[in-house]
Formats: sequence, C-alpha cells, structure tokens
Amino acid sequence: MQAAVEGAIRAVLAACSALSILTTAGIIGVLAFETLAFFQEVSLWNFLTDTQWTPLFAEKHFGILVLASATFLTTAIAVAVALPIGLMAAIYLSEFATERVRRVIKPILEILAGIPTVVYGYFALLFVTPLLKHLLPSISGFNALSAGLVMGVMIIPLVSSLSEDALYAVPQSLRDGSYALGATRVQTATRVVVPAALSGIVASFILAISRAIGETMIVAIAAGQSPRLTLDPLVPVATMTAYIVQVSLGDVPTGTLEFKTIFAVGMTLFLLTLGLNILSHRFVMRYRQKYE
Amino acid sequence: MTSRPTTFRGATGGRRLRDRAFEIAGLACTLFGLVVLATLVIDVLVDGLPRLSWQFLTSFPSRKPEEAGILSALVGSIWLMGLTAVFAFPVGLATAIYLEEYAEPGRLQRLIEINIANLAGVPSIIYGLLGLEIFVRVMHPITGGRSVLAGSLTMALLVMPIVIIASREAIRAVPESLRLGGLALGATRWQVIRTLVLPAALPGVLTGTILALARAVGETAPLITMGALTFIAFLPELGLQGLQSPFTVLPIQIFNWVSRPQAGFHVNAAAGIIVLLALLLAMNAAAVLLRNLFQARRAG
Repeated sequence: MQAAVEGAIRAVLAACSALSILTTAGIIGVLAFETLAFFQEVSLWNFLTDTQWTPLFAEKHFGILVLASATFLTTAIAVAVALPIGLMAAIYLSEFATERVRRVIKPILEILAGIPTVVYGYFALLFVTPLLKHLLPSISGFNALSAGLVMGVMIIPLVSSLSEDALYAVPQSLRDGSYALGATRVQTATRVVVPAALSGIVASFILAISRAIGETMIVAIAAGQSPRLTLDPLVPVATMTAYIVQVSLGDVPTGTLEFKTIFAVGMTLFLLTLGLNILSHRFVMRYRQKYE
Repeated sequence: MTSRPTTFRGATGGRRLRDRAFEIAGLACTLFGLVVLATLVIDVLVDGLPRLSWQFLTSFPSRKPEEAGILSALVGSIWLMGLTAVFAFPVGLATAIYLEEYAEPGRLQRLIEINIANLAGVPSIIYGLLGLEIFVRVMHPITGGRSVLAGSLTMALLVMPIVIIASREAIRAVPESLRLGGLALGATRWQVIRTLVLPAALPGVLTGTILALARAVGETAPLITMGALTFIAFLPELGLQGLQSPFTVLPIQIFNWVSRPQAGFHVNAAAGIIVLLALLLAMNAAAVLLRNLFQARRAG
C-alpha cells in the first residue's frame, strides 16, 4: 500500500515535469503547422527575397526582409546603448565599487528589467521622442531611434548583471598577479579580468540581442506599424513583433492567409532567438568549465 | 645621465589619473540606468497623479477620457493573477520536487533542464501564438475562446520556468541532514518531502511564485496576441461562469490609451501606469518581506 502511494506520487510529479517538454513541443508544433500552411500559398523564395510586406492590402507581398530590417534596426540601436554601458557598469561594480555600493546598486539596477514594457513604450513615445524632436526636428512621431534607445536602457541590467557575475568569478589570484607586476587597476581590469571573463561577457551580449529581437510593446508603441525596407532610424517602421500585435488587434478571421502570416513571422522570431540562446548557453558553459 | 625621480612621479601620476578617469566613467554608466529610471517614474507621476481618483479606479472605459476608468482592467488583472497562480504554483512546485528529489542524474533530467532554460528565453509573444492556437481555438469548448481562463493558462506556461527555477533553489537549500534524519526515523521519501523538506522550502517557493506573478501582471504582448479585448465594460461573474468571460488587463488598457491620439487618454495611460507600478511594488515588497521573515526565523 505504502509503496503504491509512493509510486503514484512519483508518477504525478514526473508527469508535471513532462509538461515543460510538452510546452516546447506545443510551441514548435503550432508554429510549424501554421507556417507549413502558409508556405503552401506563398513560396519560401518570395518570403525571403521580396522587398515589400503588404499582407493586409489587395495586392499582397510577403517579404520578411521588410520586417527583419526594422527588427535589426531597433535591436542594433538598443545594443549600441546597452552593451557599452552595461559592460562599464559591470566592470565598475565588480572591480572598483566597494562591497556596500555593489550590494545596494545591483538590485536597484535590476528594477529596470522588472518595469513592464508597456511603461517603457509610454516613456519612449511621450517623453523620449518629444525630447529627440528638439535635437532632430525631422524625426517622425513614430521612429526606430526612440524605441531602440529605450529598449537599450531596459536591457542594461541583463548585460551588467550577467557580465558582473562572470567578472566576479575570476579568481583573485589573477588580479594579485597583475598588481604584483605593477599594473594599475584599469590595466588589471581591462587586460586581465575582462579577457578572463570574456566568454561570460559574450554570453550576456548574445542574450541581450536575443531579448531585443523578441521585445514587443516598446516597438509596437513607439516605432510605429508601417512596414518599410529602410535603415533610417527617424521614420516609422514595423518590426516582426509589432506586426504580430497589429494583426492580433485587428479583425483578421482565423484560417485566412493573413492570419497564417503571424505564425510564419513567429516562427522566424522563434528560430532567431532560439539560435542565439543556444549560442549564449555554449559560451556560459565554457566559462563555467574554466573556473569551477 | 641618471633619470630624475620627478620623471618617475610624473609617470605614476598619469597612470593614477587614468585609473580615476576610468572609475568615474564606470560610475557614470552605473548611475545612467538609475537616472533614466528616476526620470521615467517622475515623468509618469507628473503626468498621471492629478488624474488619479476614486472615480478613475471605479469606472469602466469610456469614449470620453475624463469619464474613463480602469475598473475592468484592474479586476481583470486580479483574476488573471489568481488563476495563473492556481495553475503555475502546483505544477511548477511539482516539477521542482521531481527534479530535485526524484530524478536520477541522467539524460532525461538534463533534457528537462535544458528545455526549461530554453523556455525561459522564448519571447513572450510566442506564448501568445501558442495560447491562441491551443487554448483559444483547440480548447474552445472548455475555455470559451478568448476568455480569462485561456489568458491565465497562457500566462501560467509563460511564468512556469520562473516558478520552477525558484522552487528548485529553495528545495536545494534545505540541508541534507534534515532528509537523512527523517529517513533514519523510518519515514518514506514522500513523507520526508511533505513533512520536512516542503515546510522548510515553502517561503522560498512562495517568494519565487510572487515574483513570477508580478511578471505575469506586467505582460502585455501574449495577451494581445491571444486576443484579449481592449474595451470591456463589465466584470467577469464571480464563479465558474466568469472563467469563460472576455477580459482585459491593466497593461492592455494602458496600451490602448497610449495608442490613441488624444492627450486626455495619454493622461489616463499615465494614471493607469501608476496603478500598475503600485501593484507591482506591493507584490515585490511582499516577496522581500516573506524572504526576510524566513531568514529571521532560520537565524533565530
């Protein structure tokens, strides 16, 4: 009796943990199913090479490059903000700040990652864009620049926290050796500690890029919803995520080609972020092996 | 020629200066994020605080910004939070118990672990597509379509990795001696877990669950994708019927107001953001309080 109860409990617990596998299978299954249906009507070649994206118009074009260019643009701007600032903050917290400063500032910095993205969207559209208008009068009300800058701030803690963990894990003996050779703190930090923690830092960079690609609300609110193939940060664009939001808000009947496009776009997004996450994981494993 | 000491001092002076300059640059970068955070909060408070009133909290959305309120969004967020907890907490905790207390280290365990790590990195909007297909379309007879039940199930899947990871850490922190003591007294594995491990790990598990729910309350994209409505002028019935009711939540209401051109709605959005941030602050405070309480009890 006792053994039967124990066995049943074990089975229930195992079933629950299988749910996570089921979730992954569900995501891949749903995306693959609808994407295949999509490609029965639109050729993969057109999807990858067409330079227009107009699924909601009478004359339909399905060039993912249009949406991908906007995603690339906003991500590049965000990364240009988050990587240098995040890394500098990580070096400061790990190598220069006192233990007390570190303990206080790190959690506060992480609040940035906990603010809902819709709030950042509000901030980008109604605070940052008007501010940019003073400097760049030609900028549109919706633009990739303001969305990218605010998204960059949002992912600073991602870079700083993970990089700081990697820097902090570098053995003290390496620093002591460097000081003994007469190096200053800057020289030790930039030429000894950072190279030693490089794989962890790179992992945080890749994760930040992945997060920026998948971010939705900031770009949907502040970057606009007009698909165009451009790298001009001052005009309205539509990222992959913003397009999914746009279709979801409208009254597109299920089962139509327009409806299937959001799954094809979702699949592209999923594959991109999955590839980056796996790559990042590889780098993390490498630095763990070195010092643990 | 012998080198003079002054030259040497000059060299260290330059090196010191560079050290100092780098340190200041690092500090500036660290403070940059905090300055933006402060600007954001002040901006929202200045815009939204004058609009915040009892009328705003207890009114339904309206075409006129000055009459609109967030009642249906606030109630929807609370429904979503409660239901997400009902699904995510038991399943997340059970997964954590299995992985920590039962699973043999091996290929299957590694597969589940890598899988959970990957799920945590999937963009939230993808969960919306999953919810749309499975919970809204396939399970339509049960969920009633774009209902609060379908939304909560989607959110439960989204935050599950957070609950699992936090629960595993809490269970791992329970000292091995406690388990060995229980087993030595003749308790079965499950008795040890139920009476010794879980009570000790519970505060940590609850803290993780609250943080996961805070994430769910702030999410917008998956719910828009699965088709939550933006204009709801009624509340879900209390009871099983309510589960199948259409719903909206705070972030969606805020998004809807931000997207409108009229300045009056932007003010409403700011006021809505204050309510949302206050809710999140309260949840985080609860999580911290719980953690401190737990640590104090352990120390005492």
